[in-house]
Amino acid sequence: MSEYVIKNGHVFDPVQGIKGDKADVAIKDGKIVTNAGPGAKVIDATGKTVMAGAVEIHAHIAGPKVNLGRIYRPEDKLFTCTPTRGMERMGGGNSIPTTFKTGYEYAKMGYTTAMEAAMPPLFSRHVHEEIRDTPIIDEGAFPVFGNNWFVMEYLKNHEIENTAAYCAWLLRATKGYAIKVVNPGGTEAWAWGLNCLSINDPVPYFDITPAEIVKGLIEANEYLGLPHSMHIHPNNLGNPGNYTTTLDTLKLAEGFQAKNKFGREQVMHLTHTQFHSYGGTNWGDFESKAKEVMDYVNANKNITVDTGNVTLDETTTMTADGPFEHHLTELNHLKWANCDVELETCAGIVPYIYSPSISVCAIQWAIGLELALMAKDPMRCFITTDHPNAGPFTRYPRVMKWLMSAKAREAQINAFKHKDKVLSQTSLGTLDREISLYELAQMTRAGPAKSLGLASICGGLKPGMDADIAIYNINPDMPIANPEDIEKAFTRAACVFKSGVEVVRDGEIVSNGHKRTLWVNAKVKENPQVMRDINEKFLKYYSVTQANYEALGHHFVPNPYAIEVDAVQ
Amino acid sequence: METVTITMKNPPALYLEADNVSPDAFAGKTAAQIAELHVYEGNTTGTLGKYFDVNGNAGATAAETKIVVKGDVKKVKYLGFKMSAGEVVVEGSTDLYAGAWMTGGKMTVKGNAEAFAATAMKGGELVIEGNAGNYLGAAYRGDWRGMKGGKILVKGNAGSDLGMYMLGGEIVVNGNVDVHVMTHAEGGRTVIKGNVNSKVGGQLVEGTIIIFGTLDVMMPGYKYVDDVELEIDGAKATFAHFIGDTGERHKKKKGQVIYGNLYKKI
Repeated sequence: MSEYVIKNGHVFDPVQGIKGDKADVAIKDGKIVTNAGPGAKVIDATGKTVMAGAVEIHAHIAGPKVNLGRIYRPEDKLFTCTPTRGMERMGGGNSIPTTFKTGYEYAKMGYTTAMEAAMPPLFSRHVHEEIRDTPIIDEGAFPVFGNNWFVMEYLKNHEIENTAAYCAWLLRATKGYAIKVVNPGGTEAWAWGLNCLSINDPVPYFDITPAEIVKGLIEANEYLGLPHSMHIHPNNLGNPGNYTTTLDTLKLAEGFQAKNKFGREQVMHLTHTQFHSYGGTNWGDFESKAKEVMDYVNANKNITVDTGNVTLDETTTMTADGPFEHHLTELNHLKWANCDVELETCAGIVPYIYSPSISVCAIQWAIGLELALMAKDPMRCFITTDHPNAGPFTRYPRVMKWLMSAKAREAQINAFKHKDKVLSQTSLGTLDREISLYELAQMTRAGPAKSLGLASICGGLKPGMDADIAIYNINPDMPIANPEDIEKAFTRAACVFKSGVEVVRDGEIVSNGHKRTLWVNAKVKENPQVMRDINEKFLKYYSVTQANYEALGHHFVPNPYAIEVDAVQ
Repeated sequence: METVTITMKNPPALYLEADNVSPDAFAGKTAAQIAELHVYEGNTTGTLGKYFDVNGNAGATAAETKIVVKGDVKKVKYLGFKMSAGEVVVEGSTDLYAGAWMTGGKMTVKGNAEAFAATAMKGGELVIEGNAGNYLGAAYRGDWRGMKGGKILVKGNAGSDLGMYMLGGEIVVNGNVDVHVMTHAEGGRTVIKGNVNSKVGGQLVEGTIIIFGTLDVMMPGYKYVDDVELEIDGAKATFAHFIGDTGERHKKKKGQVIYGNLYKKI
């Protein structure tokens, strides 16, 4: 493999504590090394910013629900298609881009690792086929557990060992990466036409509460010592006044400590926090409770969060929170798709327009930014748009612009039709913090990598780590004249390396790299009861056999990167 | 106003996507420059000049540009695509998406226009002297935003799914119309001077449909209210007034439910 030296760049690396100092970064055999050989190719990064490749902790980028979105929204591709060009295959779509476009767009922004946030286990084969077809970036997928019949039956009796054995089996069967929970119990309740809007609403038939599911899965996660923590989309998403449910959910992590060998410190990752930080009693008195939620997060080190920033675009909402999507289609009257997944989950899809002239959308926009600006520890608060729910991931550079420039935020606030509402219902107008490049590297690189248990592999520039590197056209020595320059620089990186291969040069794709699928192979001691239960459920309830369920072999996961976990003891 | 005449000289083997044939794309260009604009034939990109003789220079702006399309363009799509001003005259018949996404100006098709003419039209005027195909003034596939403004006149007949998801503007058909008229519409008006088949105003939220001829089958969601006298294009007549679609959601204004209106000439 080629050797490179990236010379004279301003390096921002939270892993080594480098805050913009001029330094050289050397690459050999796909890894970052202390020194490259004399024949190394020199990349001049003078006057540029050098960071590790960014890590996406939560996006919906592969699988049946994404694809259903593509199928039922041909208008999302209208006027967006690009033909084959150089290394790039044709692509298209805005909020639900094709797999190829997804890989290219992430890479062009300097992202080299991304997590698909909700994999229905029954359709893991489809998820992996899409991951396989998404070039360049390393990907993993989180199977959903929060409404799973096995999990609910075991946790009803607090059988942590059995839950853990089942989780380990499912992660292996689906080549999954982490334990994801979406509207715990609520999505199963939806199959009965109901929902769970608080952590104590009983789940019909199963006689268990969301609180019991969440605590049980935290315990199972730490029993196994998985690289990532239990990753939750809590109950009561998107409703005014839901911040109390969010705080109740966060409090479930109290008393739990992370047990793993990956350097992860949190036991709960709460995702798209923006959708869960609402006050008020209706859409008229809707207000931000970002402070209440972030105060709790700041004070509790065993929690990480991501923001879920609204980007003010037309987009496609899609979630395994089936009842929420029905609620949404009743609000905006746009087309609705619902897909039940037997024994496991149920997804819904509805297009949504975050209009700057609607006060609720403008307040949502402000809440997402408030959360990031109120975060005291950027290593525990990550930037996402919950792609495509709050906006397409291609808008990350715009979110970065708003976070890094108070001037850019002010300009957007002034452009809102209901500016006064944004100022009265949120505190964004009083926040003058501007996220620094170092903090940005924490929120988009080192932080999410650590939360995912990947801190030794990616998210930093320490020798020995994967050579995932992004170089941006930003000179930290010069004042930023125009906030638009921030957006422009992060939209198209000057140069991107993925595992030591130059994949982007001057914002253009120059290689399809060596994409890998990250998954977690957790070994537990033999558990005949769980294996018998699995066998029985397939015979009794599933519409497929066990042999047709697992995502195996070269076809589905051609380039696996298994992270081994030993929980036999 | 400057006139550019393009004449088909080399008919395509496949269908030709000529999304550059609009006053907006031509404005400020000489005949030679216009001939260099791209067109797509299947998966190959060619120039307008490969298929058409181009005569005359365009005006400085779209508003000062008139395009006359001559020859057989039955296999040419997207004529008048996204035009905002000026004029386009197609002397024969044309294929899909004539005047699609147009926002202003005037387009005339002297022959027939195939399906999806005036898709998501926002303004301007489209006159089809022959027949219109299906999905006239409708939304793009999957979209819920159909024709929003402007005026369409069809002197012949129109196909099915006319004004699907229509939001505003007016469609007048002098002849007959097939099934599905203003399905899902939330505004706008359609006048059918001939006969119409069935499924008229299905899931209509708001909007007006006026029928001079026969209506084979009335949707069950429509309710007779009263007989009213209307004057349409200077012609007075008595119409039976129905409201609907009562199976669909409707807005309320000042406590009053706003229904769609269907008028059928008695």
